[in-house]
Amino acid sequence: MATKASRTAARIMMAPAVILLLGWMLVPLIMTLWFSFRNYLPLRGGDLGFAGFDNYARFFSSSAFWPAVGATMIIVIGTLIITVTLGVLLALLLDQPMWGQGIVRILVIAPFFVMPTVSALVWKNMFLDSVNGLFAHVARFFGAAPVEWMIQAPLSSIILIVSWQWLPFATLILLTAIQSLDSEQLEAAEIDGAPKVKRFWYIIVPHLGRSITVVILIQTIFLLSIFAEIYVTTAGAFGSKTLTYLIFQRVLESQNVGLGSAGGVFAIILANIVAIFLMRIVGKNLDS
Amino acid sequence: MGRITLDKVEKRFGDVQVIPPLDLTIEEGEFVVFVGPSGCGKSTLLRLIAGLEDVSGGQIRIDGNDATMIPPAKRGLAMVFQSYALYPHMSVRKNIAFPLKMAGMDKAEQDRRIDNAAKILNLTDYIDRKPGQLSGGQRQRVAIGRAIVREPAAFLFDEPLSNLDAALRVGMRLEITELHSRLKTTMIYVTHDQVEAMTMADKIVVLRAGHIEQVGSPLELYRRPRNLFVAGFIGSPKMNLIAGAEAAKHNATTIGIRPEHMGVSKTEGMWKGRVGVSEHLGSDTFFYVHDTGLTDGITVRVPGEFDLKSGDTVYLTPDMTHLHKFDDKGLRIE
Repeated sequence: MATKASRTAARIMMAPAVILLLGWMLVPLIMTLWFSFRNYLPLRGGDLGFAGFDNYARFFSSSAFWPAVGATMIIVIGTLIITVTLGVLLALLLDQPMWGQGIVRILVIAPFFVMPTVSALVWKNMFLDSVNGLFAHVARFFGAAPVEWMIQAPLSSIILIVSWQWLPFATLILLTAIQSLDSEQLEAAEIDGAPKVKRFWYIIVPHLGRSITVVILIQTIFLLSIFAEIYVTTAGAFGSKTLTYLIFQRVLESQNVGLGSAGGVFAIILANIVAIFLMRIVGKNLDS
Repeated sequence: MGRITLDKVEKRFGDVQVIPPLDLTIEEGEFVVFVGPSGCGKSTLLRLIAGLEDVSGGQIRIDGNDATMIPPAKRGLAMVFQSYALYPHMSVRKNIAFPLKMAGMDKAEQDRRIDNAAKILNLTDYIDRKPGQLSGGQRQRVAIGRAIVREPAAFLFDEPLSNLDAALRVGMRLEITELHSRLKTTMIYVTHDQVEAMTMADKIVVLRAGHIEQVGSPLELYRRPRNLFVAGFIGSPKMNLIAGAEAAKHNATTIGIRPEHMGVSKTEGMWKGRVGVSEHLGSDTFFYVHDTGLTDGITVRVPGEFDLKSGDTVYLTPDMTHLHKFDDKGLRIE
């Protein structure tokens, strides 16, 4: 199959795509790196020359930096915990034979098709709104004062919305993993005297380990960069400013491209640390 | 320990009756083989005994106690699956320890039993490996080890050798038989391979479409098959079944003669035919004889080597003391 000629042909034919993708990645990356060392203020004089590491120093020493890192971590970890836990349970439930299985499964996936901006707005206005929201109506029905979700619990609200969006993804991947479990293993465990709960912990969870790491890896990469959900709900107020949002504010609201780019470079490094860390776990899991 | 009685046990899936009411007693220490073609309900029957399927009617008694409603774990039975069903994320030691751990046995006793099982099954060298790093035969032994350590009332085997290659299968067949003679525990073994059934069983249960066709020792089944189905199923190569005028001479609807119970001659004999395919195994020679006017083809087995080529004329003489006669319902005539 793979003769020398065919390998060469394959390389030539792949080259355009590879070069395009590489360019697509490298040009913005290099531009970000370049700007992060420039004093670039578009509305206040434009490019004012090299700034050395000033942008980095200012970004890290800003009082908004550590809270932003904290908010990012809380949102990512909170969403991961919710989606993985509920995803496993939902996958177990959907794996049971039931009437209308096909339709139920499509309905479960549905939230994934809704655009982040739209779902965040729907949640904000129809569920979490303290006057007209469904939750407020329920609270009033029981005689309680409606919660001002966006003000009193901004991070929880965002975690709720983002979890709702990503739960279908986790469920879908975990469902296929559960379906690939050899039923004889469960029967063997049953005969070996493991009750349902123990079968879950000793057989199903280890079997899902690989898929759970994949879900965590993919979701972490996407969750580090959530933006629309914050933009349309709290707009970064009440301590809900994530790293991504902070960079956005530095570049567009403060009109400081250099400072924002320095933050961007930090975000790239952070994402890569997370990715390497997770890749190693995944690699370990994929080996066995 | 280890006497299993099935009393009018029945299984239906919806409206489909897979196993009609069936009675069977498996004595303590017996090696019983359920054999039959695919889809005959032999695996279902085993799963009913294991408790993995609920019976639709009747009663299963283990050592005289009604076990029909007892969950699988509490029946005191151990099962070896066709796919081995080893836990892939656990080492061999942990796999074998799993049932003991679930039973809450103390660590020292666990280790004693595991080491003992590993020694019996020659697993000591791989005890810390994962199932993925083992060969088929080794995985099979781990699965058996996991069953042994529980010291069950009976072992249930569900086609355990069908995933192994032919040479390994013969080896494992011996090992399981030796294990039985050492442990003297009741074993129920499901297979579709009648050679496995013949070589391993104390008692064979031949099943067809959920019905028990015949129960008996391997040689009983070989010598006196109760009906045409058993006659055709037990024995390799298959018994030659001849219907029509030749059978009528013996006052039967069908007569059967095994390939090894016929004399072969180039010059004279009862039935004349022409050699089709011949298979020379060295120890035996099989001829497929055509144009006898009796049936499509007659298989005959000659010990050692015999010089006949395709197309040669051949004369066959059945040994009348080994002739099986069957009536119009397919039942044996004595």
